[in-house]
Amino acid sequence: MTKIVVAVKYVPDATADRTFTSDNTVDREGVDGLLSELDEYAVEQALQVVEAGEGEVTVVTVGPDDAADAVRKALQMGADAGVHVVDDSIAGSDAFATSLVLAKAIEKLEYDLVFFGMASTDAGMGVVPTLVAARLGLPAVTFASEVTVDGDTVKIRRDGDAATQEIEATGKIVVSVTDQTGEARYPSFKGIMAAKKKPIDEWSLADLGVEASEVGQDNAWTAVESYEPRPPRTAGEIVTDEGDGGTKLVEFLASKKFV
Amino acid sequence: MSEVLVLIDAPEGKVTKPSLELLTLARRIGEPSAVVFGSEVPSQLAEYGAEKVYQLDDAVYGEYLVAPKAEALTQLVADKSPAALLVPATTEGKEIGARVALATESGLITDAVDVTVAGDTVTTTQSVFAGNFTVDAKVTQGAPVIAVKPNSTSPEAASAAGTVEAVSFDVTDAGKGAKITSSKPKEASGRPELTEAAIVVSGGRGTGGDFSEVEALADSLGAAVGASRAAVDSGWYPHSFQVGQTGKVVSPQLYVANGISGAIQHRAGMQTSKTIVAVNKDEEAPIFELVDFGVVGDLKTVLPQATEAIVARKG
Repeated sequence: MTKIVVAVKYVPDATADRTFTSDNTVDREGVDGLLSELDEYAVEQALQVVEAGEGEVTVVTVGPDDAADAVRKALQMGADAGVHVVDDSIAGSDAFATSLVLAKAIEKLEYDLVFFGMASTDAGMGVVPTLVAARLGLPAVTFASEVTVDGDTVKIRRDGDAATQEIEATGKIVVSVTDQTGEARYPSFKGIMAAKKKPIDEWSLADLGVEASEVGQDNAWTAVESYEPRPPRTAGEIVTDEGDGGTKLVEFLASKKFV
Repeated sequence: MSEVLVLIDAPEGKVTKPSLELLTLARRIGEPSAVVFGSEVPSQLAEYGAEKVYQLDDAVYGEYLVAPKAEALTQLVADKSPAALLVPATTEGKEIGARVALATESGLITDAVDVTVAGDTVTTTQSVFAGNFTVDAKVTQGAPVIAVKPNSTSPEAASAAGTVEAVSFDVTDAGKGAKITSSKPKEASGRPELTEAAIVVSGGRGTGGDFSEVEALADSLGAAVGASRAAVDSGWYPHSFQVGQTGKVVSPQLYVANGISGAIQHRAGMQTSKTIVAVNKDEEAPIFELVDFGVVGDLKTVLPQATEAIVARKG
């Protein structure tokens, strides 16, 4: 019986025009949100582990009211239960505060393994898994390309820049997975219907014993001072190849001193 | 002058270019002290401005993932109270930085592309939302821990003492949770490292699985080779060469996209490149919205012609 908690994030749709609000935080209202694509891989891996043996998958998210949609999507994919930590004080939290809230929520749940996606698609720091592990006093194996669970031993393959590593850990651990672990399933009609009956518990900071002074934008350890849209790229020259496309390309490169 | 700790990446005793860039950036903040894990202290550290070198030579750092290095670095930060800690924005660098920042209650910035100093205030610049915005940020608590991306500055030589101080540290059992049971070095391609290269030539679905034209053009330009997610997912090129949101984010002087449509996934990984060139059969491909120069045509004929012209020019 393997109990897996998957931490997921509700993010602004990466294909929409994402921007900031007047307090320099990510605009989470003007843009449609969804379960971060990178977290779908974590849900998928958790489901595969449980399906190969016995167990259950609980999905946890921290975020505003709409963030429950991310949990629901994971439930539709096949997760068994969901937890949504929602509290006005959390808005604008940095990675450290987020990791505190997640760690407290995970501690409240029974678990053997904690899965994450490799990073979020909005802030994209990729450090929350390692921070949650540090707070829980657990090992973290991050950026896994392949995850194998064998009893209480977890083996992962990690395709780094310089080397391919095999990592082993036993006992409770935190794992983050990349998109290389395999395609995430789409919710089936049956899955969508079944998800309607699955519970999503709402927890506040008080339920977790976290003080408002430990989270939120005012208590962040970093601050965004200003933001600026990248100037639009000026329209370039497009030519159609009429047997001299390669030559023209090189003439352009030469004009820019690349050759 | 206050001390600035710089985590050095030096595989096989050779300091990487991004680590030399960190030493150069560190000099804007204070006096750089290099931190190296391993038995060798490369001479480049003193040549590029390291007044001190803290050497942690213990096999344990190579036997487990990040936690032992983070514990040792946390101790070093507590002992030296540096003005800042700079780390490479690699997966390992960011994780070590995050753990040290948490343990020392200091703010963390990841993926900085610039670091500027005014008085005592260190400001960083990051590129966010797939390169559509740049933000300036600062750390408001503790000594800043900053993970800096490659090509954020040019390494500048600056002769310094490079006094080596051996540091020993007892890693806790909790730090030994994730054991590295095997490590196979990647075969060297002989090409520049993707995130560090001045020129990147990449291929996508339009290659049809044959990267030979892309590689030949890359070699004529001394460039790194990249691949789109479509090409990687099809098994045509290894994932470590993937440019995009779930792969590498590159920002070279020149990016040449071949047979790549330019989906948001890919744009997130390359649209901050200085000059962008694309070759694609489909004139409607979104990649053409980004380019400084584009050729609507078949890469199978356009690239070999370009490669030949470049080789001829080089004589």
